[in-house]
Amino acid sequence: MARIIILGAGISGHTAARYLGKWVGKQHEIVVVSPNAKWNWIPSNIWVGVGQMKEEQVTFELAPIYKKLGASFHQAKALSIHPEGGVDADGPYVTVEYTDAARAGETAIIGFDYLINATGPKLNFGATPGLGPDDGYTTSVCTPGHALHANEQLQATIAEMQQGATKKLVVGTGHGMCTCQGAAFEYIYNVDHSLREAGVRDKAQLSWISNEYELGDFGMGGVHIKRGGYVTNGKTFAESLMVERGIGWTVRAAVKRVEPGKIHYEILDGSEHELDFDFAMLIPPFAGQPMKAFDQAGEDITAELFAPNGFMKVDADYQPKPYEDWSKADWPNTYQTPKYKNIFAIGIAFAPPHLISKPMQSAKGTPINPAPPRTGMPSAAIGKAVAESIRDILAGAPEPTHTANMAEMGAACLASTGSHILKGTAATMTVFPVVPDYDTYPEYGRDMDLTFGEIGLAGHWMKYILHHVFIYQAKLRPGWSLLPD
Amino acid sequence: MTAKNKEPYQQAYYPPVPTGLTRYMRTSLLWQHYRFWVINFKILKLLLKSHH
Repeated sequence: MARIIILGAGISGHTAARYLGKWVGKQHEIVVVSPNAKWNWIPSNIWVGVGQMKEEQVTFELAPIYKKLGASFHQAKALSIHPEGGVDADGPYVTVEYTDAARAGETAIIGFDYLINATGPKLNFGATPGLGPDDGYTTSVCTPGHALHANEQLQATIAEMQQGATKKLVVGTGHGMCTCQGAAFEYIYNVDHSLREAGVRDKAQLSWISNEYELGDFGMGGVHIKRGGYVTNGKTFAESLMVERGIGWTVRAAVKRVEPGKIHYEILDGSEHELDFDFAMLIPPFAGQPMKAFDQAGEDITAELFAPNGFMKVDADYQPKPYEDWSKADWPNTYQTPKYKNIFAIGIAFAPPHLISKPMQSAKGTPINPAPPRTGMPSAAIGKAVAESIRDILAGAPEPTHTANMAEMGAACLASTGSHILKGTAATMTVFPVVPDYDTYPEYGRDMDLTFGEIGLAGHWMKYILHHVFIYQAKLRPGWSLLPD
Repeated sequence: MTAKNKEPYQQAYYPPVPTGLTRYMRTSLLWQHYRFWVINFKILKLLLKSHH
């Protein structure tokens, strides 16, 4: 019997756990380690952030689900990986520190035969002084707790507007290297929708700020779609929606620091500017979770396993090369680490080889470009592919049998622009592949039949239905494995 | 537009703005019911092509 440890129970980690439990859970031991007691359907946090949903609607307890799956669950955070064993055990193991109330602070070692690192991002608010809800002056929707806090602040701001005050609200990214512009994009339109519903839209100056070169970049270098007899860039539609909703925007901006009521930012020409705010929701940059790695002798091999940003190196081409030489072949296929064939990294935890958007630097040398997105559909697809590979390796396959290259997979994004069963809308965007493939699609790098976008109520219905479908699936309700990931 | 457009060029001056018909169609139940199935079909095609 082999033991498979999955570090992290987010979208990719939980997907891998579900399938491994189903396929090999009776013959082998599945162990899930996550510092959070609850699973969170993160895409719906934006609705918690405007009071449209409660925390209980986007989360559920993990322990009963893993019990049903026959997997062990440790509410703990991983501290270190020892792929060759070490002083505490002969075989490979991880050290963990428990986070549940009963064992908080206790550490333990857990041996493994296979390890999947799905630890997701560290929300790196510290990269921008004054950023974030804990030690700063801005809000976030990255966790249910953050989203609840954002909604409290938003409702207080709306209440003041209802008393006649005018307010400045800013939404976007809080650093020059952020990813996840899509979450901020959804949030600003839901804030706009809430302001209209509250009858105070005329009292609000709503602004967008991001590190994208143009609106609609989303860390994927933007998209081209066919519409109205033209092939048009997504920027056109993103700007159109901003104008329609009366929202101003600033792009090519790196937020450098935040003071109470004031955002300081630099733009690509190197000039520095300020933006006043009464309410701000800025997405933080992501880094890898702080974990160390040691060899058998106890020597620190963290730099061998992890990139400097803390994400785990897998079967990608990390050789630094100029933008002109980037290709789809740089992107990982199996997510197996090069040296340790029993260790994989999935979802946000794997280190991308480089950006997808074109690299940009300000005149002062500040990088101002979105980092590659690997959330949602790609995360789940990668988690499932790695689970399939481990299942087959356990059955005797000599190497991983399944791939999930981001240059060969698509992604669908349903970006809510207002929640209401009859009046709501969402921007539906699909892109294939996520990483442009100019060898196969020389003109735009993407399949123009599978890359499209439109705004409408149907998109809102889809997003609402998928919210329930994915939570149903994540809870392992009957027939869950028949549903798409 | 002529009477209002006396200020320097603004950010909102250039992007396309949806017409009344476009805005109506976004929440037209009949049209959006049809688009719902079209979007489902497109996402299904995307999923099938993504699977390896």
